[in-house]
Amino acid sequence: MLEGAVGAAVLALTALGLSLVFGVMRVVNVAHGEFFMLGAVIAWFVATSIGGHPAVGFVAALALAPVIAGLVAVLVDRLILKPVKYDPEATIVGTIGVLYILQQTALMTYGPEARPVEPPFSHRIALPWFEWGENGLAMFYPWGLSTNSYKLFVIGAAIAILLAFWLIMTRSKAGLIMRATQLDRETALAFGIPVSRVYSIVFGLGAGLAALAAVLIVPIQQAHYLMGHDPLLLSFIVVIIGGLGSVRGTVVAAVLIGMSDGIISVFLSPTLAKIIATLLVALVLVFRPQGLFGKKPA
Amino acid sequence: MTRKLMTNRRTVLKGAAAGGLLAAAPLAARFASAQSSAPIKIGFQQHSTGIGAAYGRWYGRTTEAAVKMINDAGGINGRPVEIVAEDDGTDPKRGAEVLEKFANQSGCDVAFGTLFSHVVIGSAPAAGELKLPYFVVSEGHHVASGMLNRYTLQPGITDVKSQVQAMAPYVSENLGKKVTMIYPDFAFGHDHRDYFTAAIEAQGGEVLEQIAIPPTETSFTKYFPKIPRDTEVIYHVMVGPAVLTFVKELGEFFGPSRPEIFGFIDSLEAVDLASPGLEFLEGTYFWEGNPRYAQEDQTSHDKMFREAVGVDANGASVSDPKDVSTYAHMFGCWETLHIIKAGMEAADYQGPADRAKLIEAVEAMTDMPEGDAHPQGPKRFNGKTHQVFGVQYISKVEDGKLVKVHTTSIEDTLYPDEVDYTTMSF
Repeated sequence: MLEGAVGAAVLALTALGLSLVFGVMRVVNVAHGEFFMLGAVIAWFVATSIGGHPAVGFVAALALAPVIAGLVAVLVDRLILKPVKYDPEATIVGTIGVLYILQQTALMTYGPEARPVEPPFSHRIALPWFEWGENGLAMFYPWGLSTNSYKLFVIGAAIAILLAFWLIMTRSKAGLIMRATQLDRETALAFGIPVSRVYSIVFGLGAGLAALAAVLIVPIQQAHYLMGHDPLLLSFIVVIIGGLGSVRGTVVAAVLIGMSDGIISVFLSPTLAKIIATLLVALVLVFRPQGLFGKKPA
Repeated sequence: MTRKLMTNRRTVLKGAAAGGLLAAAPLAARFASAQSSAPIKIGFQQHSTGIGAAYGRWYGRTTEAAVKMINDAGGINGRPVEIVAEDDGTDPKRGAEVLEKFANQSGCDVAFGTLFSHVVIGSAPAAGELKLPYFVVSEGHHVASGMLNRYTLQPGITDVKSQVQAMAPYVSENLGKKVTMIYPDFAFGHDHRDYFTAAIEAQGGEVLEQIAIPPTETSFTKYFPKIPRDTEVIYHVMVGPAVLTFVKELGEFFGPSRPEIFGFIDSLEAVDLASPGLEFLEGTYFWEGNPRYAQEDQTSHDKMFREAVGVDANGASVSDPKDVSTYAHMFGCWETLHIIKAGMEAADYQGPADRAKLIEAVEAMTDMPEGDAHPQGPKRFNGKTHQVFGVQYISKVEDGKLVKVHTTSIEDTLYPDEVDYTTMSF
């Protein structure tokens, strides 16, 4: 259950980045998973070069990794996406190229090993279980029924980030501009919105969200140059189910997929969980092609 | 979104550069007595990238050290040895391509070095077609099971079937009879599943649950609730980049009330036992192909081997104590190269035309005494099944170090032949 929640939290952040980029820019970012990987790898570099208490390195990574990944993404936007004029097909090919460039760069600099980042804090929290024993109702701590304080923190942090993101999108001027660009690019341009700069920022923000998710997860898993694969696939599943470009849909779908993955894995089998997620995508595509919360194309 | 590994050109260049250095060294005088002083080329199929990267790195270092030792002693048949290293990306398809390159482009005499069983199984048919002797260092039972061909041999490392068979009596007598197995879901893990289940049943024990985990999995806690409550012993073996996460999550899952745990050191190869989160391993048991920590009764051969490869008494690199070796496996490269040398000398190997003679010479080998060429221990080669047998070690974690508590005999590891490759034509 908690495993699922951790998965859902990280997935929501990653998929949100993908969904945002698609919603505003109409760009299917195939390299999204690599920005996730980039976040994890940068987190490792930052955490190991700073040293001292693991928390110091972790906080530094939390601040630096999304920014660096975001800057790389802005560069990608300027150098690759803009010259092809955000043509849907060309951007897909372009981002596939970016995927390989990032992956192989990580391989060449970071190496093929998986490396752990130490969590800032980690305590095993055992949950008690009650059972009628010889002495009546007895409380004991069986194996397996436990969680970890860091995992709880990941869930909390993800919820906080999601809330902050929602506030920015709905309450701030930057959010207003982004939503305006999403609604109608031409009109936004006519109203003096620097669309090209908005695109760069959105692409950077999307990558930054993926990187942020990666920094949160890297003390639980490990940084590895091939780690971008699974999050990309799951993000696509989530975005398709939730509806491309819909923030609410993305979050709901991430929770749905993440939690069901956790629960089905624990009680049945992890393979079955993957099958069900894929089946869900097929069903959504058949019966509601625009996604659960997507708007019907005009 | 298929995951594709591109050829790592750096590795190729490195291999070429290393080869060039070897060729350029002032060895001309020393090798002058041979009929041909051209180097003997050994194609090294290396897991430089992909899920086997940590093994690839250390297999590379061991190979370099073994070749240096062989060349310093005059090479093979008076000719220097040259290693042609190619990255296979730990990918079966790429593995077969690499073998083809060895045979057709680089002009290698033999190929060697592969660890991951799916790469061996994917590459061996190519070796058979190319008629290229293929010396694997893989542990898989696929060689001795008869599924491969006469050109594929495993003379330097024992196979999973013999290893688990030798472990079962110790597990059932000292740890418990009700076992739950956790293993990676591919050929190597299936060998563990099939042969350990049979072996523990022969000891009067039983396997309660078999939990298969895909080798590319990154989070494991969700698999653990399937462990039955009456489990006495957890038997774990895991590979891939996420092994540390696997063992950590296992510890977190059990907390202070764990059952006995018996693992194959594969679950922690190239991982520092002092990593945070691994404290719970204290008092658990591991199979080791070769003890990672220098033991009290360390042989002079092990000492020599450690020094040559650059490994300290804790099994880590002498230059970086955090860079832990794959000590339980990499001796296989060292021993295999010495067997290639012995085989080529027995067959008076001159060039690719003598490949069949080389295989026959290796097939004729039997007992190999412990020594500088075999630092892990004495070996017994079975020419019919192309598989070597040797002693196995069981270690217990004490004060954060692996201490050897049991050594099996070679007899413990033997089983009836399942194939006779010598009856197959070349």
